[in-house]
Amino acid sequence: MNEKSENLYVLRIEDNGSGIPADFVPLAFCQFLFSSKYKLKQSRGTFGLGGTMTILYGQITTNKPVKVISSTGTSKIYEYTLMIDIERNRPVILDRRVRENENKWRGTIVEVYVEGDYYKAMPKILEYLRQTAIVNPYASITFVDPRGRLYKFERTVSVLPPQPRETLPHPHGIDVETMYRIIRVTSCKTLLDFMQKHFHRVGKRIAKNFLRFAGFPEDADPKKLKPEEIVNLVHAMKSFEEFLPPDAGCLSPLGENLLKAGVLKELEPEFVAVSQRKPSAYSGHPFIIEVGIAYGGKIPTSEDILLYRFANKIPLVYDESGDVSWKIVKSINWRNYGLTSGMPFAVLVHICSTKIPWKTVGKEMIADRPEVSREILNGIREVARQLDIYLSKKEKAKREKARLSIFAKYLPKIAEFSAKLASRDTPNVDELLRRLRRLEGE
Amino acid sequence: MKGSSVMKSREKRKDVLLKLEKFGHELCEQIEKGSFPHITMPSRSIENIFYNPDLRQYVLGNKTVKRSAGNIRHLRPFTHLVWMAYFTHELTTNQKTSTLRDVFYSAQAYDISFQDQDESDSIITDLETVLGYTREDFNVFPEESSAVFGDLTIEYTVPNYEGKRLNLTSHPDGVMIGPALTSADFVETSADKVIAIEKGGLFTRFIEERVHEKFNAILVFLRGQAPRSTRYFIRRLNQELGLPVYIFTDADPWGMHIAMVIISGSANAAHVKELTTPDAKWAGVWASDIVNYKLPNDKLEDVDIKRLHELMRDPRYKGEIWQREINLFMKNQRKCELEAFSRYGLTHIVDAYLPQRLKEVGD
Repeated sequence: MNEKSENLYVLRIEDNGSGIPADFVPLAFCQFLFSSKYKLKQSRGTFGLGGTMTILYGQITTNKPVKVISSTGTSKIYEYTLMIDIERNRPVILDRRVRENENKWRGTIVEVYVEGDYYKAMPKILEYLRQTAIVNPYASITFVDPRGRLYKFERTVSVLPPQPRETLPHPHGIDVETMYRIIRVTSCKTLLDFMQKHFHRVGKRIAKNFLRFAGFPEDADPKKLKPEEIVNLVHAMKSFEEFLPPDAGCLSPLGENLLKAGVLKELEPEFVAVSQRKPSAYSGHPFIIEVGIAYGGKIPTSEDILLYRFANKIPLVYDESGDVSWKIVKSINWRNYGLTSGMPFAVLVHICSTKIPWKTVGKEMIADRPEVSREILNGIREVARQLDIYLSKKEKAKREKARLSIFAKYLPKIAEFSAKLASRDTPNVDELLRRLRRLEGE
Repeated sequence: MKGSSVMKSREKRKDVLLKLEKFGHELCEQIEKGSFPHITMPSRSIENIFYNPDLRQYVLGNKTVKRSAGNIRHLRPFTHLVWMAYFTHELTTNQKTSTLRDVFYSAQAYDISFQDQDESDSIITDLETVLGYTREDFNVFPEESSAVFGDLTIEYTVPNYEGKRLNLTSHPDGVMIGPALTSADFVETSADKVIAIEKGGLFTRFIEERVHEKFNAILVFLRGQAPRSTRYFIRRLNQELGLPVYIFTDADPWGMHIAMVIISGSANAAHVKELTTPDAKWAGVWASDIVNYKLPNDKLEDVDIKRLHELMRDPRYKGEIWQREINLFMKNQRKCELEAFSRYGLTHIVDAYLPQRLKEVGD
């Protein structure tokens, strides 16, 4: 980010990712809902709105185009200057250049002008980056802020979590709009084929049972369904209970090792416990909850509980008190785990899902879905128990040490004064102290 | 008289020192043998305190407690005890004295810390129990002290005063019963009795009215519940000089008990002997005196009545006079102070009451 004038910033973002094929660049950045997906897998965004929104925001506040430079590591680097045709939701290519890629660079650079107030937003921005580093410990993040200050979040691991598989939508999670889109593109001639081809974990037997349940003939042509029939079909899908639960292969959780590495790297606690819950599902959407608890070290003490929330590896830094995790964290009696609010500890909750259960369109709060909150609660309890065990052990070791030091303080005095009383040499108490130490060791 | 007393005082000191040294030896040997230093001593818990009718005082039973430096709960008090033994050994060797308060502060010079004086006082009591001697025997005295007045010549045994003599009529306020007087030898006396008085006002009145001459008495001011050194001093007057002891207190259960502690000791001091004067007599003021001498009086309060009930069950109060007076207190529900005699003029107690009473209780 570089400050050009009072409130005008140029935001330049560079990664060393796979790069974007040249022909897709205008659509990827300057058309909303470009990623209209028929297949599902967990990804950082859902509709491809975020980047385009930023560019749109930059355009309407500064009326300046966005510059996108990308290469997939071929011999060419493509450089676009783009604007959005807002009325028609289409990219306008102002300039397109092709350069030689001499160093075989691969990645994407976006330069966009935005209006804003860096100093006001600074704490949240830095916090966002730091928390991003927690859940992306395999990524090195470098940030030069408008003051010219350099922030580096170095990676500490070089393994990536496994890539999620693409998966079909689960019938429980289908809405009417999605159903329309699927019908539009399908090549199936019968509902029996349609159900099996486009939905997750639906085989012939389940498809037959479902159609009987829903009251649709197996050989009905999906493209000839009337609008009210489509609505009925969607409703029937939601209430049919024989569909198999969704498979979590489409999810990409961080995994316990990476989460631990991220916490250790950015929070530098004395102790960390993490837990990945078994996959679960709400309304046909699979999800996995990962939780962590960090204690001591550089974790600050605060009056309230320190909570870090993440959704699909993105930190949620706003509206904490409306989040289900906050509600859960506040409902826990921490004393049962040997913790009080004045102690230095932080709770982390990461939800991975093909469809994050957002509470509002602002996408900052997770909604209180019973399936989700149960997993969060049980996860926190599990790591809290581990912390409790750690603290008890630590306390015990401390007590033993204090105990020994009391003996080490008093035994020599007893020896000294007894000897003075009897006018003889002070007897050696080292052997007694050694014996105590051996006893403690057991 | 003089010879036996000197021997006794010196022998006692020698024995105290010897016992202290033996204690040190034992601990050293235990450590050298590879065991944690420990000691077994009589238990001072309530269950182990018994009244001995023959000795006419409380004594400790056979129960013992073991204190070991291998037990973390004992460690600190044990260290305190060993230091206390060492410190009092130094005191006794050098014939220096210390007060309970002084001991508490002295500890700090040796990097031994007591939380408060209560803690150091209780360690002194432990040492008394271990040795079977009172703290005065190892030169630790309480702050408070009472006084004595009368024709008794004593000879000091403390350093710098050794051989110096003093007649206890030399000072009109009386002579303080402190460490030097407690350890002094008795040389001669013309007195044939000891009169111990609870209240300071009466003690002064008795001196002014020359009670010591009129009644041939050594006067002792108890200052309420008598300190141990005073009890020990009264015992010596009784045992060494063969003088009968008459105690005058207020006419209430608390006054009775002041007399009783001189006579039969307290449960708190069951671990030490030679503090009691079993033949001393409580000479007044009795419940019956309130009626007979028409003394101004007050109604007994609830705490007084509660205390009377306790005394009634106390084995020390089995004697006839005690039971008679307790019952009378209960019946009349009245109490009065020693000073009540002043209702009939300042000298009434000396002129009328004292001669009559001494005749009644005297042998």
